[in-house]
Amino acid sequence: MTTPFYVSPEQIMKDRAEYARKGISRGRSVAVIFYDKGILFVGENPSRALHKISEIYDRIAFAAAGRYNEYEQLRIAGVRHADMRGYVYDRRDVTGRALANTYAQALGTMFSEGSGKPYEVELAVAEVGGEAADDQGYRVTFDGQVTDIRGFQVLGGAADAVSSVLEDSFEEHASLETVLNAAVDALGRDGTEPRTLAPNQLEVAVLDRTRPQVRKFRRIAGPALARLLGRDGADENDNGGNDSDSGTGKDAAAETAIADGDVLGAVDDLLEDGDSSES
Amino acid sequence: MESNADWGTRGGLPQAFLTPGISSFSEFLKGFAPEYLPGGRTLPAGATVDAPHGTTIVALTFPGGVLMAGDRRATMGNFIAQRDIEKVFPGDEFSAVGIAGTAGMAVEMVRLFQLELEHYEKIEGVTLSTDGKANRLATMIRGNLGMAMQGLAVVPMFAGYDAETGQGRIFSYDVTGGLYEEHDFYSVGSGSMFARGALKKLFRPDFSAEDAAVAAVQALYDAADDDSATGGPDLFRKIFPVVAVVTEDGYRRLPDEELGALVEGVVDARRVVPDGPRSPLR
Repeated sequence: MTTPFYVSPEQIMKDRAEYARKGISRGRSVAVIFYDKGILFVGENPSRALHKISEIYDRIAFAAAGRYNEYEQLRIAGVRHADMRGYVYDRRDVTGRALANTYAQALGTMFSEGSGKPYEVELAVAEVGGEAADDQGYRVTFDGQVTDIRGFQVLGGAADAVSSVLEDSFEEHASLETVLNAAVDALGRDGTEPRTLAPNQLEVAVLDRTRPQVRKFRRIAGPALARLLGRDGADENDNGGNDSDSGTGKDAAAETAIADGDVLGAVDDLLEDGDSSES
Repeated sequence: MESNADWGTRGGLPQAFLTPGISSFSEFLKGFAPEYLPGGRTLPAGATVDAPHGTTIVALTFPGGVLMAGDRRATMGNFIAQRDIEKVFPGDEFSAVGIAGTAGMAVEMVRLFQLELEHYEKIEGVTLSTDGKANRLATMIRGNLGMAMQGLAVVPMFAGYDAETGQGRIFSYDVTGGLYEEHDFYSVGSGSMFARGALKKLFRPDFSAEDAAVAAVQALYDAADDDSATGGPDLFRKIFPVVAVVTEDGYRRLPDEELGALVEGVVDARRVVPDGPRSPLR
């Protein structure tokens, strides 16, 4: 007769937590910061279509780090939860606190009872109020712990490194421009080498209490973002130059590949760079 | 059937919330809690219900936009159920929806429709096309056919600014969910024959937004003149029609100060010519 393995509950939880943490640490960080007129969300995200930051309801937004398919599922669940509540009760009865609690319960259950793997995600839910004192934010971790956000919060991979940089530069009730530049600077210091993030590598959105519409969520991209970062003009030209350089590089690689008789390799080379394939 | 009505009191997220693939809120509701759908209830067979009815809505296009207006009366038989009901609502930022028919059902349907558009936008990250919005509303009316046959019909009208063409567009519906695109102007509700006749004589393709607002007020005045269920402007109580304009700048309801001046102008002119402006014979 074989003796079944005994694994202590502590060990099971430790293993699951380590698994989740490892998954989350692979992703890039996202920062949530309070400023004088609302709440800012900034993340490093080169994709225009796959968002890390999203609107949930009138005054509530969501940011996440970790595995895309898992937090996207939670985001949609959050939108459904909020819309359902607003439909059955009233728009004013949809709160960030209730949503954060719901996420906490869901993630906690998936972590401790799930027969599958735990979710590799870390979430932030923030709600903008009528004035700065009413702004609220919550961070929900993979195991269902909820913490209040005070001032700012960084999620994801290099959260500790980015937080320690933000710690020094953060001040309460600063302007959007100030906190955005501080956040972008901090997000670039997640490794050994400080990097400068270009506007097209960033996903930026705000919950802006001064917006006249009921829905306070607004994305900031393109020229508006470049302006806030103080990078219009010169830097865009630089980017253009880099793009065309890489384009000709790709074309040259493709030509070499064709000369070698490797047509499929040439197609791959061209597909990697959308711009050059048109020329 | 399993009831999901306790969704808000249980902790965590019910499985239905985590199921991927549905971008429509009403489809989600149909699977999760159908009792909350406007058409999700059944009346006892053969029963009819006496409920307040909303009356006349008019809409007309002008270069670069569309205008929708509705009177403020709800009736129940010969009784005026409400004298300041609102029957024209924003669908989303670039559309308006007006309702005629059973007021309770219609208001609920508009609420669901607004949420439908917003929900889609949040989940998908893009807005529906104007035709897509009009079609969603048709589907919702179709779902209400059972109730309509027992006297609780809802007949909305939809108007939107189409960013692709830069034009305003008008869509009408029948109780079975039939969807028809209308051109230039249209009207629904009990006073619609009179309002449509007036608009036919007043409409010009080169109207400004303000001209269109005056034409709509004239048409509603004519409807109120000949249809007892349509309310005219109430200058004493300052109850004016709801007039909304949708252009590339979005949905805008004309504020009472702005509209009040136009309405008083129309009423003043009718003191002299009670039947309103006369269009040329030839």
